[in-house]
Amino acid sequence: MSGDSPDSRPATDGGSASDAGVPEADSRPAPSEQPGPEERDHPEGRRNLEGIRIDPVLEAEHESRRAVISALVEDEPGVLARVSGLVSRRQFNIESLTVGPTTVDGHSRITMVVEETDPGIDQIEKQMAKLKPVISVGEVSGNAVTAELVLLKVEADDPAAVHAVTEMYDGRTLDAGPRTITVQLTGDEARIDDALDAFRQFGIIEIARTGQTALARGDVPTAPGEKPGTAGEPTTHDS
Amino acid sequence: MSDTAAHPREDDPEGSEEPATGADDAPAAESDETPAAGAVSTGAESVVAALEAAGAETAFGVQGGAIMPVYDALYSSSIDHVTMAHEQGAAHAADAYGVVSGEPGLCLATSGPGATNLVTGIADADMDSDSMLALTGQVPTEFVGNDAFQETDTIGVTRPITKHNYFASGADTVGDTVGEAFELSRAGRPGPTLVDLPKDVTQDETDETPGAAAPPAGTDPDPNADADAVEAAARAIEAAERPVCLFGGGVIKAEASDAARTFARTYGIPVTTTMPGIGSFPEDDELCLSWAGMHGTGYANMAITHTDCLIAVGTRFDDRLTGGIDTFAPEAEVVHVDIDPAEISKNVHADHPLIGDAGRVLDQLTAAVREAPDAEAWRERCAEWKETYPLTYATPEDEPLKPQFVVEAFDEATDDDTIVTTGVGQHQMWASQFWTYTEPRTWISSHGLGTMGYGVPAAVGARVAADNMGEPDRDVVCFDGDGSFLMTMQELSVAVREDLDVTIAVLNNEYIGMVRQWQDAFYEGRHMASDYTWMPEFDKLAEAFGALGLRVDDYDEVAPAIEEALDYDGPAVIDFHVDPEENVLPMVPSGGANGKFATAEDQL
Ligand SMILES: Cc1ncc(C[n+]2csc(CCOP(=O)(O)OP(=O)(O)O)c2C)c(N)n1
Repeated sequence: MSGDSPDSRPATDGGSASDAGVPEADSRPAPSEQPGPEERDHPEGRRNLEGIRIDPVLEAEHESRRAVISALVEDEPGVLARVSGLVSRRQFNIESLTVGPTTVDGHSRITMVVEETDPGIDQIEKQMAKLKPVISVGEVSGNAVTAELVLLKVEADDPAAVHAVTEMYDGRTLDAGPRTITVQLTGDEARIDDALDAFRQFGIIEIARTGQTALARGDVPTAPGEKPGTAGEPTTHDS
Repeated sequence: MSDTAAHPREDDPEGSEEPATGADDAPAAESDETPAAGAVSTGAESVVAALEAAGAETAFGVQGGAIMPVYDALYSSSIDHVTMAHEQGAAHAADAYGVVSGEPGLCLATSGPGATNLVTGIADADMDSDSMLALTGQVPTEFVGNDAFQETDTIGVTRPITKHNYFASGADTVGDTVGEAFELSRAGRPGPTLVDLPKDVTQDETDETPGAAAPPAGTDPDPNADADAVEAAARAIEAAERPVCLFGGGVIKAEASDAARTFARTYGIPVTTTMPGIGSFPEDDELCLSWAGMHGTGYANMAITHTDCLIAVGTRFDDRLTGGIDTFAPEAEVVHVDIDPAEISKNVHADHPLIGDAGRVLDQLTAAVREAPDAEAWRERCAEWKETYPLTYATPEDEPLKPQFVVEAFDEATDDDTIVTTGVGQHQMWASQFWTYTEPRTWISSHGLGTMGYGVPAAVGARVAADNMGEPDRDVVCFDGDGSFLMTMQELSVAVREDLDVTIAVLNNEYIGMVRQWQDAFYEGRHMASDYTWMPEFDKLAEAFGALGLRVDDYDEVAPAIEEALDYDGPAVIDFHVDPEENVLPMVPSGGANGKFATAEDQL
């Protein structure tokens, strides 16, 4: 700021600092004289909640959808805590999360089913990719092979009927006692939901579901850049 | 120490008398790898060797049982150690040291309370993407998880606030872990890293000299953006009628200020910055509109609101910058340059994502834009906004001293390379508004976390960094609030002990002023717990610490006091009693539209 015109500020000894700020002497409009918020021009445009400019092409808000995300990770302590912490902290809508070893020693695969908008799914992938133990992460293509395992315990009042339903869904009886029967089922989610409906008539006592796990179909690698385990070299990645 | 009984190793006389094994032949034992450090005999020595090899010059910390072996190894190291009064101070000092020097800052703490005291400082560095390495002591491995004396799950506590944290697993590897953590903190997008050091790991013998440190694979990304994306962005910039640059803290971290200046000036594009981006572009340049956001300038907020092409570099579009997303640069095609792909389209959709190092991508853009956008009329409009919405305040004689005047007086009295640190509150906003910043790494503040008390320890770290850089003549000025100062002023004892030439200007309004301002605006003036009328006399307190203490109540005392404090060779505190009712304006109410900033209280 500059200006040595008269002002109402007390005189100082003429040191350099005394030349500073002389607002009242300025011709500049005081804050209260500046145009108020509503007196200014405002643009017509808008962005939606995802920060996307709203124009006729992009106007629609994104619908959320289900996505299966597969990540190859270094199997170091705390990796699951890192991933689950990330998901909970950022409030991503997660349906299930499974972890297990891969063909490579020291690597694990994390499979996550999420219900999010496309930008949300994109964010999950990018945020996961930032975690140091994550080697590779990506969405598994739409027609992935998915499966889930469920154990359920039902009342044993009618063992023959329970057995019949179990057969119908290619399940296995793991334990049969005088009061309860425990059955194991595997399959994709819809099949398991159907089976549970069928078992409900017997009185389901307890359920344990693993959540879905998945592999991409055919030659497509499940996580981006993943090399076939049979190649005898580390799964990925070049960067 | 009361914790010795729990740690049998500590009492084991052999533990400290056995360093000979392997020490002599350590370098020879490593065959083809180039050892980066000298011979070591314990895990702790390996830690220190790794730090020396990485170029660490100064560590800030506080001693304690679990970290003692590391301190012992520092005894004969070239690394200086600054003992702080509180571990929070150590973390902030290390953070500011890193911001000023461009090298990761280093802080140390013992297990348990030492580590938890670091937490605020680590979180602060994380939010501002500042590179920093924290080393924490931990109870011996065999006690971990048993709620041993001074045990805290430091890895668990700091997981969400570090770029990555490591639990050191053995004496043979701990040096490499520390070296990797140091390099990771500055690789790609910077951030704090932490290594938790169980006492047995640092005490155990090893002759494994740490190798040359490198960040883990995949964490040092390609600095260049995709060439096609750059071309597309260049076409959008050429076609723009109302282009604006928005330079964030990433520009400064990437040492891209020169590239940013060249780009904006070559094409005549008006520049706004974010608050962490202050200093990336000189505020006295005609093209500069200063910083945008909640308390940014009216003209920056008008330009951001009306632009049709926003060239955002190294910013994460924090909500204090954007206000409500629906009204943020609503008509702009967004070119977003960032090293972190996860920032692209996180808050604001990027039409032209350019992932890479800010400096390199700006150079790419400068080369790719063939024709400057036709923005003459737009530049004029920006200039008019500058005239219409200047930063200003009233100074009638009969009113108490205005805090803005103090900031301006300091700016006038000091050189361009002066480093400014702040606490958090109104004083922080005035320090950013009424000082004309022209150089990167001169504005050191707590942005993302907004940590009161950041200013004094940051001034300590900044001073040490400037001295290490051979720039003892640069001034370091801390603007603090009375509330903020009270939170960490114990670090003044460190400034006195280390004879650090810093000047602390407390803008004392006997309020936690920013809260009082919000209460007046949004809570019907009910001053619940914001009245700080019991403030001690800071000038006397400064004297008690052994610093120079001054008190200023009137306008005519301002310049002489500043001169005396700056001339004083050592820490000085000036307690400026300023107008308690003064407010920070302009203001965009949170979640509001940037273009609807209020310039007077009654507009809120
Ligand atoms: C550690 C911490 N606690 C609380 C807050 C909330 N807060 C933000 S600004 C502010 C007031 C700061 O008062 P002071 O340091 O005196 O500065 P002034 O606003 O008066 O300039 C408070 C309490 C904070 N930012 N940080």
